[in-house]
Amino acid sequence: MFKVLLSRLGQAALVMLVVSAVSFVMFRYVGDPVATMSRENASVEEKAELRRSLGLDQPLVVQYGRFLTRTLSGDLGISYRNQRPVTELIAERLPATLELVIVATILSLALGIPLGVLCALKPDGVAARLVQALSLVGISTPTFVTGIVLILVFAVSLGWLPSFGRGQVVDLGWWSTGFLTISGLKSFILPGITLALYQLTLIMRLVRAEMIDVLSSDYIRFAKARGLPTRYIHFRLALRNALMPVITVTGLQIGSLIAFAIVTETVFQWPGMGLLFIQAVSFVDIPVMAAYLLFVGLLFVLINTVVDILYAVVDPRLRARSA
Amino acid sequence: MRAKLAASLTVAASTLVGMPADAKTLRWASPTDITTLDPYAHTESFTTSMLHHVFDPLVRRGRTLELEPALAMSWKTVKPDTWRFELRRNVKFHNGNPFTADDVVASISRILDPGARARGNLATVVKAEKVDDFTVDIVTNGPYPLLLNDLAGIYILDKEWMEVNGALKPGNIATGVTTAASTNAIGTGPFKVESYKPDAGTTFVVNPDWWDKPQHNLTRIEFKPVKSDATRVAALLSGELDLIAPAPLQDLQRISSSQGFKVIEEPSLRLIMLSLNFRPELKAMPGQKNPLLDVKVRQAMWHAIDLDTIKKRVMRDKSRNTGTLVAPPVPGYAKDNDTPLAYDQSKAKELLAEAGFPNGFKTKLNCPNDRYINDEQTCVAIASMWAKVGIQAELQTESRATYFPRQDRGEFDVSMVGWATLPPMDGFSVLSSLLTEQKDGYGGSNAGKYSNPKIEELTRKAAVELDEARRRDMLAEALKVARDTVAYIPLHQQPVAWAVRDGVEVPQFPDEYVRLWFATVK
Repeated sequence: MFKVLLSRLGQAALVMLVVSAVSFVMFRYVGDPVATMSRENASVEEKAELRRSLGLDQPLVVQYGRFLTRTLSGDLGISYRNQRPVTELIAERLPATLELVIVATILSLALGIPLGVLCALKPDGVAARLVQALSLVGISTPTFVTGIVLILVFAVSLGWLPSFGRGQVVDLGWWSTGFLTISGLKSFILPGITLALYQLTLIMRLVRAEMIDVLSSDYIRFAKARGLPTRYIHFRLALRNALMPVITVTGLQIGSLIAFAIVTETVFQWPGMGLLFIQAVSFVDIPVMAAYLLFVGLLFVLINTVVDILYAVVDPRLRARSA
Repeated sequence: MRAKLAASLTVAASTLVGMPADAKTLRWASPTDITTLDPYAHTESFTTSMLHHVFDPLVRRGRTLELEPALAMSWKTVKPDTWRFELRRNVKFHNGNPFTADDVVASISRILDPGARARGNLATVVKAEKVDDFTVDIVTNGPYPLLLNDLAGIYILDKEWMEVNGALKPGNIATGVTTAASTNAIGTGPFKVESYKPDAGTTFVVNPDWWDKPQHNLTRIEFKPVKSDATRVAALLSGELDLIAPAPLQDLQRISSSQGFKVIEEPSLRLIMLSLNFRPELKAMPGQKNPLLDVKVRQAMWHAIDLDTIKKRVMRDKSRNTGTLVAPPVPGYAKDNDTPLAYDQSKAKELLAEAGFPNGFKTKLNCPNDRYINDEQTCVAIASMWAKVGIQAELQTESRATYFPRQDRGEFDVSMVGWATLPPMDGFSVLSSLLTEQKDGYGGSNAGKYSNPKIEELTRKAAVELDEARRRDMLAEALKVARDTVAYIPLHQQPVAWAVRDGVEVPQFPDEYVRLWFATVK
């Protein structure tokens, strides 16, 4: 068991090293921060001096070496754009993104599971067909289109909901939350739906498929033969069994929701990490971009490592094979 | 933690309920945010314009952008290199400290620190000396006519506050040096900073003790950066904002046709032009003589561009065509200079034939696609117009992040440049940055290596000419030489377009600064 853990962690570290190298090399091609940071009529000497003070005149390998040693000691550098430590910036944006992701996940589970069950139980009903058709739309519409349409309908035309931002937030220590004010809660609705839509359709389709599968298994047939009530069979027996893969997928999807909240955050000017990243890209803010990619890489590596280890715990066959 | 939560809830509640009845709040958004509150730590024009609400300079720009007294009441040159400023009395900083000569000396010394990012904005000043409590001498490294223009962008900080908070040394966004002044702004200006949250929003409240008589009726300004154009427009139309600046050109029609909103626009100082490669060879034709070295070819390129069509189709009639390199409000502008070469295809072909290129030639044309208004579309139009006279332009467009470094390195043949003569708002900036050779600190943006002995001479003379009329003549003469020799091909003057809800009155300025101390809301 210990050996498995060790090899998984070793692999994780290797992946992180590759991620850091790839992200660092990429920045050679996104542009030169000196141009965005200089004033318009800066002289040639002034620009050279700025390049020197940022350490950009050094060879790439030296820059990467410095970056790596700094990162390992927990220092992600200082943002060129905000002139604040990157770790501080990320810590400040994390609550906004995480809260949005929580809302989106809850929304997608709360709607996706019942709708999936509905489609599985009455596959030929009008409601099921309608839901199925709508889910196709949901899965194929790009996020920014959904977001802008929602803004136009609910903010501009109807005026019910705010079109951007987090509303009033309350600080709980370093965590700023939008859950405690009316305007904060209202602000969650549109971006939450936008972010949840893909996830929701995914879960709905998964639940439907699993349910149909489980409903035709011997286990359910025997339960029916025993004369158990239909509700009990559907919801206590069938749904429970169908939910196992849903839980796995939801867990894995949380990672990508955090990483890909970028579009939703840009459309709704949601002050989270995705917006931070987009702004960093347009300003060529290398420290922030590098830190964000590292963070997202770490997130995926962590989730996958935990899942791998859990599998090993749950499934004795895996344990034996890798030992 | 619980106490803190309770406290912030109370604050939240009080801001919701406790507004006085005559509160006039202006809520507005722009795509960029304030970079830092330290005025000497950056060189960004948007941040400079925002901080002007909190700080005052010694001299400032008035309603027509003329220089007028602010913290200085009057000034005179006592020696060619020494200017004496009489300071305004009974001015208080936001923390209650009185404003005196010590604050000016401390502020000037702070920006003269080699660590200050904005050091270049006051490049010619050597030192500031206190004469008495309300008199200051500013010493330059020689006769320098643009000192007041420069000082209009230098805000005065409180010496005592800087001492107490360890902020006497400047911050710098390039080196990452921060001080207490990076997140706190104590000035003498019309508004005080109430809260500053990068990327989330900044709130200002009115300073009731401002020394000047307010022309605005605001009690509060709520600023939010909103990057996405569509979201910014939607937020205005849904009533969450009172002003958006800029308003995207493609949405102007929609905004002005919506009930209760209007678009305000005006030509900005920013001129868009094409920079030309004056090196021996073109990148597109290695090993051959550069056709652009012949003035006839350059004139032909100018004659071949149909500016009216670009104005009508690409700029939606919002731009102004130009024949010179500075906008009308800028010193150095001369009306006689400002006629573009007429659109004339046969004339262009004739000139090309005379220059020895009857079948045209090949060149590269590079443009940014996210820097100027409709920059990419403008270049697409130009490439197709040139094709009609035989000039084959290989067009490449890219993001500003990669475009400008390449332009700086001289990788382009023909490329787009925008120039607003900011911050000094003077034609000298065109001479010193675009038209002179790269030496002695001149020619910083002369990527095409244009060079003309007459302009070199006039630039150096104008740099030390203290007689304003003579200086302006020199600028105009140099700009005429630039036009006659087609140093750049000027295209148009960009519009500034903002959108407001009805009842909001905000004057617009060609330098694109948002000056809300002139704003009124109903």
